[in-house]
Amino acid sequence: MNASTKQRITNFLAPILGLVLLVGLWSIVSLTSTNNFPSPISTFLQALEIFKDPFYSNGPNDQGVGWNVLSSLRRVAVGFGLAALVGIPMGFVIGRFEFMSRMFNPLISLLRPVSPLAWLPIGLLVFKGANPAAIWTIFICSIWPMIINTAVGVQRVPQDYMNVARVLNLSEWKVMRVILFPAVLPYMLTGVRLAVGTAWLVIVAAEMLTGGVGIGFWVWDEWNNLNVKNIIIAIFVIGIVGLILEYALIKIATAFTYEEVQS
Amino acid sequence: MSDAMGSKYLQIQNVAQTFKTAKGDFPALREINLNVAKGEFVSLIGHSGCGKSTLLNLIAGLNMPTQGTLICANREIAGPGPERAVVFQNHSLLPWLTCFENVYLGVERVFGHSSVVDRRVKESKPELVDRTNAALEMVGLSHAAQKRPGEISGGMKQRVGIARALAMQPQVLLMDEPFGALDALTRAKLQDELLAIVANTKSTVVMVTHDVDEAVLLSDKIVMMTNGPAATIGEVLGINLPRPRSRISLADNTDYLGYRKAVINFLYARQAHVEKT
Repeated sequence: MNASTKQRITNFLAPILGLVLLVGLWSIVSLTSTNNFPSPISTFLQALEIFKDPFYSNGPNDQGVGWNVLSSLRRVAVGFGLAALVGIPMGFVIGRFEFMSRMFNPLISLLRPVSPLAWLPIGLLVFKGANPAAIWTIFICSIWPMIINTAVGVQRVPQDYMNVARVLNLSEWKVMRVILFPAVLPYMLTGVRLAVGTAWLVIVAAEMLTGGVGIGFWVWDEWNNLNVKNIIIAIFVIGIVGLILEYALIKIATAFTYEEVQS
Repeated sequence: MSDAMGSKYLQIQNVAQTFKTAKGDFPALREINLNVAKGEFVSLIGHSGCGKSTLLNLIAGLNMPTQGTLICANREIAGPGPERAVVFQNHSLLPWLTCFENVYLGVERVFGHSSVVDRRVKESKPELVDRTNAALEMVGLSHAAQKRPGEISGGMKQRVGIARALAMQPQVLLMDEPFGALDALTRAKLQDELLAIVANTKSTVVMVTHDVDEAVLLSDKIVMMTNGPAATIGEVLGINLPRPRSRISLADNTDYLGYRKAVINFLYARQAHVEKT
């Protein structure tokens, strides 16, 4: 066996083996379980059924899985977008001015470890609605990685670039636009990626609490219907959507990463 | 011509520089006195750690001296500015801009605004573009204008760095080991180009180097520095070789060999470098 065949086996066979292992374990659990844990096959058949018509709508509490995923994505997009609007400029300011960094770092350190769901009641109180409260929770959880990564990026801009800016005597605005922003962009996109990842984690939990249309609420609703097959399908759907988001953002990040200056 | 604009274009008076470090004060430079005439090419040479880059940064205004004053064209140096352009050792081109845009950044900063002090009126965009193209042509890189730094060789990057600095028509051109990171052949080629360019522009140049041949070939004056800490100027050697200079005819010129010997003698006999353990 030569090296390239060996590599091919590692590349293709190994991931398939992992999947087989998962399905195998799942089958054993469902065979030995006494409380009707669904088997992989029956779940798969149910999934085919569900994906035949993912966009049906029988009123607000009975919609297809497609609608549920889309509403969750919309909440994430709005909450995350607002967080980017606030968090990225804030990260720039904190990274650029030591005073600001000393002012805000204790606040960030204090608030960041708090589970975003703890902010949900505050959102319900202030916004008086389930949907804005869920968006608010997403906003809170995605703002931290964006502030922190942007600030770190600004602090790590190579001194050489800043020396160029000083020798050319560029205005603060020009420094921002021509040097800081492009230099920080890769860090910022890392922040964005982490934020979207967290937001996608949190939205499921938030929707379980707020209800309405959304993949999280769907999971909870199926639990109340004791429809475990649909819960497992939802887990796969959530995983696949998360995977796609992550992959897309990595692609964007590599497109904006330039060769660093070597010293 | 008054003294300030002639033989004392750049004046360094009793300058000392001490850095604050975690282990206490570190004296880098002491009692530096040096005058550079307009149009003169001066090299700073010495072992690593002798503070030659520190001195260059002081002239650039990137650092402020702990003691003493630096004066350029009758004005005290209070900070960095485009009138003292720097060619950095590692070229320091912005990797997201093309070669053209990198040079244009400096050109626009200097000539894209009117200045009362320099009696300059704001130039139009086509004029700025012309200046940028002319600078790239001078270093032989017109063909690479639209390339990004990541797509060109180390020698080409350094040439773009030189074009960026020269395009600003600085009063003083400061170079921090500009060819240190290049291979010997590329280095020789760029030295020859620099000789021709400086002969044309009549620039005042201060260059940091650790290459004896480079110093003798290019300079009117070699400033030899003692070992740090608390380094100072050990000796100043005037190089009276006729210009234009050619490395081939200088190779067996007795004056050239004598200057070379003098610098080597200073560096390796009198200031033999002792590595601290």
